[in-house]
Amino acid sequence: MVTSKYMPLDGANAVSQAMRQIDPDVVAAYPITPQTAVVQNFSQYVADGIVHTEFVAVESEHAAMSACVGASAAGARVMTATSANGLALMWEMLYIASGLRLPIVMTVVNRALSSPLNIHCDHSDSMGARDSGWLQLYAETGQEAYDNTIQAIRIAEHPDLLLPVMSCQDGFITGHGVERVGILPDEAVREFVGEYKAKFSLLDVDNPITMGAWDFTDYYFEHKRQQTEAMNNAMPIVRAVSEEYERLSGRPQPIVDYFGMDDAEYAIVVLSSTAGTSRAVARQLRAQGWKVGVVKPRVFRPFPAQEIIEAIKGCKAVAVLDRAISFGALYGSGPLFTDTCSALYNLGVTGLPIVNYIYGLGGRDTLPSMIESVYRDLRQVAESGDRGAPVRYLGLRE
Amino acid sequence: MTDRIRINLRQIVNNEERLAPGHRLCAGCAEPTAVRQILHAIEGPVVLSTATGCLEVSTTVYPYTSWRVPWIHSAFENASTTIAGAEAAYKALKRAGKIPEDRQITFVAFGGDGASYDIGLQWISGVLERGHKVIYVCLNNEAYMNTGIQRSGATPRGAHTTTSPAGEVLPGKTQWRKPFTRIMAAHDIPYVAQASPHNYRDLMMKAKKAAAADGPAVLNVLVPCPRGWRHESDQTMAIAKLATDTCYWPLYEVDHGKTIINYKPREKLPVTEWLKAQGRFRHLFRPAYAGLLQEIQAKVDEEWERLLKEEANS
Repeated sequence: MVTSKYMPLDGANAVSQAMRQIDPDVVAAYPITPQTAVVQNFSQYVADGIVHTEFVAVESEHAAMSACVGASAAGARVMTATSANGLALMWEMLYIASGLRLPIVMTVVNRALSSPLNIHCDHSDSMGARDSGWLQLYAETGQEAYDNTIQAIRIAEHPDLLLPVMSCQDGFITGHGVERVGILPDEAVREFVGEYKAKFSLLDVDNPITMGAWDFTDYYFEHKRQQTEAMNNAMPIVRAVSEEYERLSGRPQPIVDYFGMDDAEYAIVVLSSTAGTSRAVARQLRAQGWKVGVVKPRVFRPFPAQEIIEAIKGCKAVAVLDRAISFGALYGSGPLFTDTCSALYNLGVTGLPIVNYIYGLGGRDTLPSMIESVYRDLRQVAESGDRGAPVRYLGLRE
Repeated sequence: MTDRIRINLRQIVNNEERLAPGHRLCAGCAEPTAVRQILHAIEGPVVLSTATGCLEVSTTVYPYTSWRVPWIHSAFENASTTIAGAEAAYKALKRAGKIPEDRQITFVAFGGDGASYDIGLQWISGVLERGHKVIYVCLNNEAYMNTGIQRSGATPRGAHTTTSPAGEVLPGKTQWRKPFTRIMAAHDIPYVAQASPHNYRDLMMKAKKAAAADGPAVLNVLVPCPRGWRHESDQTMAIAKLATDTCYWPLYEVDHGKTIINYKPREKLPVTEWLKAQGRFRHLFRPAYAGLLQEIQAKVDEEWERLLKEEANS
């Protein structure tokens, strides 16, 4: 284990620090609130000659991912960052990056998608990309955003995986919130990420390859099967890298973080910063004698079904909090809810009352009192035996 | 510097073809001719990207490939940015000592006119503005041929395409084509040229100049398409030549801001000679469109005069 140096950093700056230490070969990026600080800081590192990176200040997010694809195909270690509409503009290229099996690492500072225009946090951007073949990590804090960024490099580039990774954090709440962040020594990060040697590269002119061929009815299906196989086998790789990083940093890196789940009767499943609020409330309620808990997946793609279900299956009632709506899904629920319900069924858990809360859209504050109301609702559901409305809204005026 | 560039056919005939035979482009398509000429002209290793389009789907039918050099296709609009990404990687990896200092690579992107004039214009513009050392080649057959002959920003006025059909009230495309070569030159990059594969010395010379340029270069190459233009497949080069003899497609270059016309026909043929050779303009010879023919001639004349002036003033 090495000793971290503590710095006052917001989540965006924490990621820039990680990127400085990783010193990727190419960063191609475009400014968008609230991600801008990430590439702004990184540009300064480039300007000051602190990194060897070729920084490509592109003219759009689609171009950002296009340049990332070209650079990664040319054997470079490649990173970028975006938010919201920027991610949406990249959509076509997200699938191309994963389909070409390019280990690009992208920070997503989560922000609501238009329309109407809103710059604040929700997860509609990255949740819209959840089927794009990228792994997705969600950070609760600036510390996790930093740690996830470094791990993402090793996960993406693992020779048995070769898939891009999205490392998400909550816009403004985490991205602009200054906190105490432990930074590993530069040398330790460099050693941890190691040197990237692409198996295939466009720049290997003596061994020419064709990438992105025209793949017709006779092969495309098999290639997609290989791709899903890689994603299906990703969890052990994520776990191994996380454990190695845990040993290095001394900071726990669970796939799913549990609080109070040993004996919880009522549990909240939630991603990112609201897990912190939930934990604080759960701690208070537990002090009053309530058996409540919090389940926070740090990894959303691949979906840690086993880990989530094992934790919640003994509960009396469970709430899944979603910061995005999957329009037209069951009851208009959110993606974390539908995946959790699907996992419950497939792992043979029946009869567990489970409700969905849509919260925090467009940056709406999620207060401790709202989390407390969720736990009260859960007790009500369990005691009455009536689930009531399957999808509810937290902090909404109706 | 560029004055010393020569085309040495004796040497070129001994080059290995970088685009192998056996690809599935149509008989009479000018694209492979242009691509081979360009790749013969460029010395040393190349890395290529290609936009979605005829060239891409016809040369990389998995599990086969016609490319004997590194090649990538990522999407329709971004062949320019994809190759710029590879060029950025090359610079970074060189800086990191992972590529030998003396390893020179020429980066070339190929895109059709739809990919260049329309959907990919912004991407190309960004690549040029940032000064990536790449060559962008527009293989211009004046419509979306891969999807079945739809009009693009490069389609000339009066041409019949499936989305600008000649009908009872419309004479094919009603708008003029976009001045793409001028737009490229307006980026003030080291080298921009318009070329045609029937004049292979001219095209290859331009490819060499593009490769030697101290920054981005763009080639806009006219590539007749027998399917879309409705001509016999053995007429491709003759029709390409007609485009230059009528001054419909002037061969010229803008080398560090200096405009040079590379071919001035001794006798400038009427544009009708170019139009009547192709089925896509057949309807224009109805009496009702006599006025339109005059307008097209006037437009060709105006553009040619403007180019002559530009050359004289530069």
